[in-house]
Amino acid sequence: SKTKDSVTLSWSSGRYQVRVWHFPFRLEVLCDQEVIVTFNSKDKLWFESLQNKPSYLSTLFLFFPGPSSLGADFCLHGFQHVYGLPQHADRLRLRDTSDGEPYRLYNLDVFAADLYCRLGLYGSVPLIVGHKPDRTVGVFWLNASDTFINIQYSPSDPQGGETPPVKKRRLRPQTDVHWLSESGVIDCMILLGPAPQQLFKQYAQLTGYQAMPPLFSLGYHQCRWNYNDEADVKAVDAGFDRHKIPYDVIWLDIEHTDGKRYFTWDPALFPKPAALQQHLEKKKRKMIVISDPHIKVDPDWPLYREARDGGHFVKDREGQIFQGTCWPGESSYLDFSCPETRAWYSRCYSFDKYKGSTPSLFVWNDMNEPSVFNGPEQTMPKDAVHHGGWEHRELHNLYGFYQHMATADGLTSRSGGSERPFVLTRSFFAGSQRLGAIWTGDNVATWEYLKISLPMVLTLNLTGIAFCGADVGGFVKDPDPELLVRWYQAGALLPFFRGHSANDTKRREPWLFGEEVTAAIRTAIHANMALWIIFTGIRFIICANLHKNVKHSLSCRPLWVEFPEEESAFTEDNQYMIGEALLACPVTEQGAQTVKVLLPGSDEIWYDISSAKAYKGGKSLSLPVNLDTFASILVFRRGTFLPVLLLNVQASADGELYLDDGHSFEYRDKKAFSLRRFSMASGRLLCRSASEEGRFDCDNVVQSVSIMGVKSKPTTVNVHVPGEDDPEMSTFNSYRKKFECFKGRFVSFTAHRIIIHDETKQITMSKPNKVPLF
Amino acid sequence: MVMFGHFVLLVLIGGAMSAEVQRPRGVPLSKRQFYEEDKPFTCLDGSRTIPFDRVNDDYCDCLDGSDEPGTAACPNGNFHCTNAGFRPGFIPSSRVNDGICDCCDTTDEYNSGVDCQNTCRELGRKEKEELQKMAEIAKEGFMFKKQLIHEAKQGLEDKKSKLGDVQNSKKDLEAKVEALRTVKETAEQPEKEAKERHLKAWEEQKAVIRMEKDKARMADVFLELDDDDDGFVSFTELQSHSELDPDSDASFTEAEAQGLLGGVDKVDTVAFETVWNNIKEKYASESTADVPPPGETTQEETRDPSSDNDSENYPDEDIPEEDDDEDMDEDDEDMDEGDYKPPSTSQTDDKKDDDEEGTMPPYDQETQTLIDAAQKARDEFNEAEKALREVEDQIRNLEKEISFDFGPSSEFAYLYSQCYELTTGEYVYRLCPFNKVSQKPKFGGSETNLGTWGKWAGPEDNIYSVMKYEHGTGCWQGPNRSTTVKLTCGKETVVTSTSEPSRCEYLMEFTSPAICQDPSSSDSGHPDHEEL
Repeated sequence: SKTKDSVTLSWSSGRYQVRVWHFPFRLEVLCDQEVIVTFNSKDKLWFESLQNKPSYLSTLFLFFPGPSSLGADFCLHGFQHVYGLPQHADRLRLRDTSDGEPYRLYNLDVFAADLYCRLGLYGSVPLIVGHKPDRTVGVFWLNASDTFINIQYSPSDPQGGETPPVKKRRLRPQTDVHWLSESGVIDCMILLGPAPQQLFKQYAQLTGYQAMPPLFSLGYHQCRWNYNDEADVKAVDAGFDRHKIPYDVIWLDIEHTDGKRYFTWDPALFPKPAALQQHLEKKKRKMIVISDPHIKVDPDWPLYREARDGGHFVKDREGQIFQGTCWPGESSYLDFSCPETRAWYSRCYSFDKYKGSTPSLFVWNDMNEPSVFNGPEQTMPKDAVHHGGWEHRELHNLYGFYQHMATADGLTSRSGGSERPFVLTRSFFAGSQRLGAIWTGDNVATWEYLKISLPMVLTLNLTGIAFCGADVGGFVKDPDPELLVRWYQAGALLPFFRGHSANDTKRREPWLFGEEVTAAIRTAIHANMALWIIFTGIRFIICANLHKNVKHSLSCRPLWVEFPEEESAFTEDNQYMIGEALLACPVTEQGAQTVKVLLPGSDEIWYDISSAKAYKGGKSLSLPVNLDTFASILVFRRGTFLPVLLLNVQASADGELYLDDGHSFEYRDKKAFSLRRFSMASGRLLCRSASEEGRFDCDNVVQSVSIMGVKSKPTTVNVHVPGEDDPEMSTFNSYRKKFECFKGRFVSFTAHRIIIHDETKQITMSKPNKVPLF
Repeated sequence: MVMFGHFVLLVLIGGAMSAEVQRPRGVPLSKRQFYEEDKPFTCLDGSRTIPFDRVNDDYCDCLDGSDEPGTAACPNGNFHCTNAGFRPGFIPSSRVNDGICDCCDTTDEYNSGVDCQNTCRELGRKEKEELQKMAEIAKEGFMFKKQLIHEAKQGLEDKKSKLGDVQNSKKDLEAKVEALRTVKETAEQPEKEAKERHLKAWEEQKAVIRMEKDKARMADVFLELDDDDDGFVSFTELQSHSELDPDSDASFTEAEAQGLLGGVDKVDTVAFETVWNNIKEKYASESTADVPPPGETTQEETRDPSSDNDSENYPDEDIPEEDDDEDMDEDDEDMDEGDYKPPSTSQTDDKKDDDEEGTMPPYDQETQTLIDAAQKARDEFNEAEKALREVEDQIRNLEKEISFDFGPSSEFAYLYSQCYELTTGEYVYRLCPFNKVSQKPKFGGSETNLGTWGKWAGPEDNIYSVMKYEHGTGCWQGPNRSTTVKLTCGKETVVTSTSEPSRCEYLMEFTSPAICQDPSSSDSGHPDHEEL
């Protein structure tokens, strides 16, 4: 419809509307006649017109176009909580910036970054998420140049607000967000939710889903700058076996190379890299090496010459190859924004070109902000020139993203496209989730950095990057044993789980601090195995978007995502949900005797994972902890189901399990995966296929079924297998016998049922043997 | 026929199996009695009793995992590999049928489809060879060790007797020193008096010269001030010399000038004498007005060099060599000091004074004789004292060595005051046992102290297996360097490897016969006996 001053477009039978005002220019998004978001509510829409150029578009492709900044403001009506904008070492809820610096998005290498600082860190995602009890909205500002964001809550925060309370009440709360970018075009999207999960799905449709990682990468990673030589690597590897601590990957930092020339090996320290990888592969362990975007200026090195002669380096303003200093000294920087350069770089990872690499070698991209030691703000000058004449300022925040992309492509291509890559990157941008994992960079071994790692990871999750974590133990400085244990325990509950330490710290392999510490770390890593290897597997199916009916979920979610109406949870930093079933509350206080846990949801019932004790939701609990029992702060939500761990059922419960071969793309190309749905209702637990598509043969079986919250104990347990005669007659014990006969044959996807009669008094189901899952 | 074939095959397998003692899979021989077929099984922690057919049925019944010794069902279980031909051992249950060959006899992968090679015999052979080699080394090493113990005992006795000798000679020396001290003091008294006399005469002579010079200057100044050559210096003439302003407030008033002249308007040459005494400190000659007056810095200047020398003496003794970074720092500091030194203006003045006043005349014959005699007494005394100090050092060293912990039978004594080197790609490492460890770049550069002797630091039951060297050169933004030296039995005394597991924490492997154990006292290293 159209009036004198405005044009209104509507959809969803008029429920949603966009109203554009002519003068002053406004764009309002309405739902049920109520304005949700206003664009340009404060008239801050602005862009600098480019100099000496007839039209805006034509100038885009010209060199050095002059001032080109732009900005715009949004008003989120009714919102008092906004999140997102990674990466900052800051709390989950973004702060009002009217008292100081705006949030900045500019990828920088900041060693041991100051906490609670709004300056840019290693990566950027220009997505802001607003939440109130009945709606979640998002504003995605697609711009990769130096960007500032001002946030103003009104009424202002209770802490800083001096407005009299009476006046405050009359105002409808709102949040004003003002974006300013150095260059580019105004390209922004408003995501309307309204539920958190819907918003995440909308964002994923724009920027992509989390890549399905190879299974090994969900285990524990052992890293150090540096494991000195092959003997050192073997000794650490043997140490894990000797102390019965599982681990899956050992990492090599920059010192493994020949003079910081990536793709090479130090001939004295790592003379037989392939044999070393085979030694690890015998135990199905992998090796990850670092590969940074700077290339040592060395005309005697064929790879440098190839890059130089192929025109693969970023140039300076004069058209010469840009040089800056980094680990190798004088270096040039590959121009990953150029498709040909990416293709060339990907080929560098092929087995014939990358000498000493085997299929069990994976990669880690560091310093890709890019870090230039002698550059402005320790990065590349903004007037350096990329492919197509683009200035660095236009795409700075995308530099690391593109290297990540080329590396992941390289690892995929080396296997002929059949194997899933694993690439960790430090720098990232919106969409990096499609390429691999991210970590929070160089942190410090203090309790404050342990604490801040949780909101940092949650913020990354909110912006689509599910596979992320922080260096366990703290990269810089030496953690005391208590901090180290607590960090392992917290890190075990995050998707990417890597212990890392700098070259000037003491050795801190898990067995160096006495048996108590070793045991506690062992327990933490075991818990990680149990939780993530299987559980995250479930979550990442969704990332890969294989199954359209599954709700899109994050691996780690802020409490409010699961409890959108629970306002006390909106600012919770230290607690979060793993999937929808598990509440995690790691211990992050030194010398903690107890831990305060907020159990949201007054109609929820929560079960302590270690004691099976039940608690009513809607209150805070104080649970005792000691060094070893970190699991006591893991609680389950009623009505959910976790395969392999525990089944938590009252009236009904359901959950899903995903399995595939753990390493290839066959789940995608040949539908070689299995998605099972477990659901429980009226004393009947059903295990059936949740997807018609999946075909994955495996011999996994149901080991045990534990049920929490059963009011009365079952005497008999019946197991029904389709095709078996008379299910009602096959009591559990007789089933066991039959099962033995059929063991090994149940590799198809026929559904099986376990029927549980809960009439008499037995707490857990007596003894289901391994029931074939598939 | 086919069926029959199978049957035979089964029997054969059964026959082969019977060679091994029958027991459930994964159970060690020592626990066989707990697993009796056809009798209910009680978990080894006593928590539960279950029918025997639930043992190894791939379902975990016992909290301690003891019902599933042969499967991966229990999270805390252990699987026993017999490893015939090699050493038996346990692996965590989780490694059973996980697709990775853990037991050398392949028994852990009985159902995973992985093709494992039985490597027990090969491993056993290698280990046997290794053990034999080690036993030989231990045997020979232990023989050396006995010799070392013998030598150490001998050496200790030698040292003790030497200590007695030296202690005696110390007494003699002490008496000698005392005697010579008296001689010296007796000779020094007349020397001192004669020298003082000579010096006093010279001072008086100097005073006369200075006074004459002052008078001459006063006359010059008078002429210089007396601008109108009227034989008087007037206050106006004085006012032209603003440096004489008594309160230095940039205004040299009439009254002030008059005050300097003793309250009169002008003075003649005689009266000027009193005025001169008041103004000569400040007066700047008109012809040499650029030269600043001699400052108070003179004193500092003369003091400085000696204090510099003092500070230079310390580092050699107490501060160990610095690493490169710190050397750089020190250089910087030195340069800074140089930069901030006040410009030395007084040196020229000093020289001038010397020139004018001349040097002290030589001592007369009589004084010189006294000095020579005293010097001789001093030299003799110093020499005797030095000899005494040397003897005392010797005693200290001997006592230290005698009381040093060189192991239960002093078998490590032979390492004392020795050094052993290992050259790697970049560095030469040097271990001087009971003294220090150091590292020197192969191609030039200064030595870095990796720690001085700290203590024996082995585990309680084998304390002499590890040496700890501490408080080496500090690391940049890090701890002081330290080195752990691990000793293993060897025929020769050699540093076999060095590494730096953590930054600035070094690890050195060192072989020595002194650590070898008597091969006859412990038969072989294996508590587990081999199962065949």
